[in-house]
Amino acid sequence: MEPVVQLSGVVAVLGGFPVLAGADLTVARGEILLLRGPNGAGKTSLLRLCAGLLPVERGTAIVLGHDIAADRTAARHRVGLLGHSNGLYADLSVADNVAFWGATVGATRDEVAASLDRMGLSGRLAKVPVARLSAGQRRRTALACLVARRAELWLLDEPHAGLDAAGRDDLDATLREAAAAGATVMVASHELERAGALAHRVVDIVGGQVRE
Amino acid sequence: MSTWRIARLIAAKDLRIELRSRVVTNQVLPFAALVMVMFAFALDNDNVLTRVAPGLVWLATMFSMLVLVQRSFAVESADGALDALQVAGVRPGGIFLGKSMALAAQLAVLEVVLLLAAIVLYQAEVAWSGAVLLVTTFLAATTGLAFVGTLYGGLAAGAKGRETLLPLLMLPVVAPVLIGATRATEAAFGTNGASSSEGWPWIGLLVLFAALFGTGGTLAFGSLIDE
Repeated sequence: MEPVVQLSGVVAVLGGFPVLAGADLTVARGEILLLRGPNGAGKTSLLRLCAGLLPVERGTAIVLGHDIAADRTAARHRVGLLGHSNGLYADLSVADNVAFWGATVGATRDEVAASLDRMGLSGRLAKVPVARLSAGQRRRTALACLVARRAELWLLDEPHAGLDAAGRDDLDATLREAAAAGATVMVASHELERAGALAHRVVDIVGGQVRE
Repeated sequence: MSTWRIARLIAAKDLRIELRSRVVTNQVLPFAALVMVMFAFALDNDNVLTRVAPGLVWLATMFSMLVLVQRSFAVESADGALDALQVAGVRPGGIFLGKSMALAAQLAVLEVVLLLAAIVLYQAEVAWSGAVLLVTTFLAATTGLAFVGTLYGGLAAGAKGRETLLPLLMLPVVAPVLIGATRATEAAFGTNGASSSEGWPWIGLLVLFAALFGTGGTLAFGSLIDE
C-alpha cells in the first residue's frame, strides 16, 4: 500500500524540550493507526507535526508526498486535525460551522447536509448555536466539520472524549467509512479497548519514540 | 480556493458572528458614544469642542477599534479556530484580507455613529464642499486602520497578555492615520477656516499607509500566525 506518512529519525522540539526524539513511522493509505502511550510521551506532538503545526528539527518527514521538513505547510489542505480544542465558532450555529469549514474546500450544500446527518446533527440541533451545546455535541460538530472537509489524512487526538455511546458508535462508523474510502486515520487515545478494536495497527509512543 | 474567495468566506463568517452576537451594536457603539460624551464633559467649552471635534472622532475610533480587534481574534483563539484554519491550509493572505474587510465594515458603522455624535454634541458642521473629502478620508483611513488592526491582532493573538500588548503595539503605529485623518477631517469641516484643498495631501498619506500595510499584511500574515 502507498505510504501516506513516512517519518524517519524525526526530532521535534517544543519550548527547548525534545518532544519527539528520533521517531520512525510509516502509515499506509486506508490504514487506521492507534497511537498509545502515557501522558507526555509525544502522541499529540506527533499528530501536530504531521499536521504541519510543529516544525521538524531533524530527520525526514514525508506527509501525503510532501516533504514537511522543508515546507510544513505543503500538505495542510489535505489534512484534518481534531485536537484538544474543536476549532468551532461559539456564536454560530452547528450548521453554520459545518458549512463554513466545508466551504474552505468547496463542499456543496448536499455534502454539508450529509456531514451533519452522518454525525446525527441534522434537524433542530443544526440551528442551535455552538455555545449552547454540551461538550459531546461540540465534539460531534467538530467531527462533522472534518467529514465536510474531505480530509485525506485524519489526525485525531482523544476523539472519543466527551461523546456518549451513540456518538462513539457514529464516530467509529465514520472512521471506518473514511478509511474504506481511502483516507488514512491516526488516532491518539487512552481508550484502548474501543480505539484498539477500531484500529488496524497499534503503536506505542514512549519518550518521543515510536515502538511497533 | 483563491485568496479572494477565502477572503469573502472569512469576512462573511466574521460579519455573521457579529450579527448573532451583536457585540458591536450592544457594547462597542455605546462605549464609543460614551467616550464622546466624556470628552464633552472634560473640555466643557463649545468653541474648543467644535475646534477639536475631528481629532476626538478619530481618537474615539482608535480606542473603540482596540475592542473590535481583540474581539475579532478572540473568536478565532477561543476554541482553536485559528490553528484549525492553518491546518485546513486556508491561505493566510485570504484570512488577513477577509478579517480586514469585516473589521472595516464594523469600523465604518462606528465612524458614522461617531460623526453624528460630533455633529450633535460638539456642533461640528460639515460643508457640502467638504463632503467628498470627508467620505474619501473615512474610506482611506478605515482601510488603513483595518489592515493595521488585523495585522497586529494576528501578531498578538497567540501572545501572553495580548489584551495589554495590543494597544502598546498598535497605537504608535496608527499615529500617522490619526494625524492624517484628523487634518483631512478638519479641512472637510472647515475648522479654523481651513479649506478642502488643504485636506487632499493628507489623503495621499492615508492611501500610502493603507497600501503599505495591506501589501505587507497579505504577505506576512502567514508567518505571523504560524509563530
